[in-house]
Amino acid sequence: MKEYLVFLYRVARLSFYGSARFYAWMGFLTVLVLLGLHAWARQFVEGLQVTGLTNQVSWGAYIANFTFLVGVAAAAVMLVIPAYVYRQEHMHEVVVFGELMAIAVIVMCLCFVMVDLGHPERFHHMIPPFGIFNFPGSILSWDVIVLNGYLLLNLHIAGYLLYCRYRGRKPARPFYIPFVFISIAWAISIHTVTAFLYVGLAGRSYWHHPLVPSRFLASAFVAGPALMILTFQIIRRVTEYFIGDKPLYTLRMIMTVAMIINMFLLGCELFTEFYFPTQHAAAAQYLYFGLHGHRGLVPWIWTAIALDTVGLLLLITPASRRIGWLNLACVTCFMGIWIEKGMGLIVPGFVPTPLGQVVEYLPTWNETLVCVGIWALGALLYSWMLHVAVPIMNGSLRARPADAASLPGDAASVAAA
Amino acid sequence: MNDPGPTPATARSLEEVYRPITRRTFLKGAAASLVGMTGLMAALRPLLELERGEITVDELLQRHYRELTPQELERILRALEEKTAREYGVRPHIRDIRPQPGVEFAYALNLTRCIGCRKCAHACLRENNQSRETPDDIEMSYIRVLELQKGAINLETSNLYYDPERVPQPDKYYMPVQCQQCRQSPCTKVCPVQATWQEADGIVVVDYNWCIGCRYCMAACPYDARRFNYKKPTLPPEAVNPNQSYLSNRIRPKGVVEKCTFCLHRTREGRYPACLEVCPTGARVFGNLLDPDSEISYVLRNKRVYILKEEVGTLPRFYYFFEK
Repeated sequence: MKEYLVFLYRVARLSFYGSARFYAWMGFLTVLVLLGLHAWARQFVEGLQVTGLTNQVSWGAYIANFTFLVGVAAAAVMLVIPAYVYRQEHMHEVVVFGELMAIAVIVMCLCFVMVDLGHPERFHHMIPPFGIFNFPGSILSWDVIVLNGYLLLNLHIAGYLLYCRYRGRKPARPFYIPFVFISIAWAISIHTVTAFLYVGLAGRSYWHHPLVPSRFLASAFVAGPALMILTFQIIRRVTEYFIGDKPLYTLRMIMTVAMIINMFLLGCELFTEFYFPTQHAAAAQYLYFGLHGHRGLVPWIWTAIALDTVGLLLLITPASRRIGWLNLACVTCFMGIWIEKGMGLIVPGFVPTPLGQVVEYLPTWNETLVCVGIWALGALLYSWMLHVAVPIMNGSLRARPADAASLPGDAASVAAA
Repeated sequence: MNDPGPTPATARSLEEVYRPITRRTFLKGAAASLVGMTGLMAALRPLLELERGEITVDELLQRHYRELTPQELERILRALEEKTAREYGVRPHIRDIRPQPGVEFAYALNLTRCIGCRKCAHACLRENNQSRETPDDIEMSYIRVLELQKGAINLETSNLYYDPERVPQPDKYYMPVQCQQCRQSPCTKVCPVQATWQEADGIVVVDYNWCIGCRYCMAACPYDARRFNYKKPTLPPEAVNPNQSYLSNRIRPKGVVEKCTFCLHRTREGRYPACLEVCPTGARVFGNLLDPDSEISYVLRNKRVYILKEEVGTLPRFYYFFEK
């Protein structure tokens, strides 16, 4: 127990030590977080009238980002499966970083839900015994359970492995292996349940569609690995931790397969909507071509389709074996999916309204600032976790610093974990 | 590894972690914390503008409507009256009116008679204490009157913002849509905190003091029947209807969802809803489904009845019918 407190104390101290570049980066993110917090405080006082939301389009940028990010969090499973199920040693170099990313991203998801609430101060109404939890009726209550459960699972697994490493002892398998396997199923569940939030609404034909959960998972397993490939390169560039190219190429393969499935499912969706358009195709009509002269999302969705297509072409050709092209593919896929799964999925659910009205939605500045703030918070959290985790992983932060020299500093011993 | 540049956690800074805190480090830390706290306070500054009484401990600790004892409810009603008097300059009479046994309300609307005058939508705004200063405020009306092209019942081509010299226009007909008080109500099913539910007489209500404002019910509603208070309602004292009830027309706080309650503060006491009373053509029929002699039972037995979006399976208690 005392050892653990010392550990926490050292982690806290370490959090505030770093190079000028580290301070500049964290300072920059903190400023963005504070700007977002300020915008949210304004929203809290004046109400959601400071957003672009209306009675017709009652969910917007917040829920769009939330939906997209749940997928990114779920994608940590794409490191866990190769590492623990297929026992690919090279994936053990990075699996902890994927779990830490999931933690940061889930926190972002929870923030996006909180800022969307009209009465965040009544949040305890969801938590028995203070409140009433509409379980299992409401899919939102399922989502609360799976998201928080996933957060706890990852906190436990990553926290336990890092602490063992800090103490220089071998992690006890019963303490983490069962949780690792639970987390695999759990990761799938968070994104499936999030898809069911929409699929369960029979009155919104654009969402009431059995393909939605599959597409959610496929696109998540593109966007998540894309972000990981990019951040792992940053980690190996700016920290003293070695990540080889092999994990990047494993992720590339996963991305490629997922992107092919994603684009195939998109094709199926487009065929169903447009081969013989019914009244239910009005939302897709609005999204891709505009409806009754309203074309707000048309440039966005075609940008997304273009980005997705470029990404797909780069991934399926040998071009992306070169890191530079692979990075480009990651950026285009990430952006493309962010658009199509965020605004491209949420807003057309409301346009036209169930009564046939077309009301367009555009986020306001205040809303955008809140979103930027939450993204910055995620980056801040992840940077902080890496700042602490990397020295533990490479053996420079130890329970007994004298041991540090005698232990191998590279990833090989991590792989044993 | 590729770049031997400065690293966030250098070996030197790592060594510091094992050493006790020096005076210098402590002072630096204190200064940094001060800057951080100042930033945080500046960011949260707008919270100072919160109105007094906007968030009260009593309201935070208040339980769900259906769990309140009569004494607690009584205290809450008086507190709400006090709050309204303070904020709107009129002291209302807020009551808790329960469903009558043996009553299930239903509504029927004669599409042949409706002329699209929107009197119902405006009466609704007045009865239910909604702000009505801007076009956005009018959007809050629980009733949306659609102008439809004769020859089909196609909502997709309907027009909500019709504005001709006279109604009805010869080639058009009109369909007012409000909460359909569904028997299989998607809105109550999805609410994560059960802030909305069906009462014994079939009316779907919202506990405005319990709603967390997630708007999932609005996404779930196939009839676009729910409204969200994006801002605090603005009402001059003379515009306030002081005859209020907890579950229906009391002035809503901002940040919660509201909807048509079949004017339960009137109908549970044997009066008609405000929209029916004001209708100049008698297009609206309201009553007790369980009473075989009621007008609504007669209409459902004898007329050509149409159910809006029957395919969604919501089983509405709101019917449309056709007849000269």
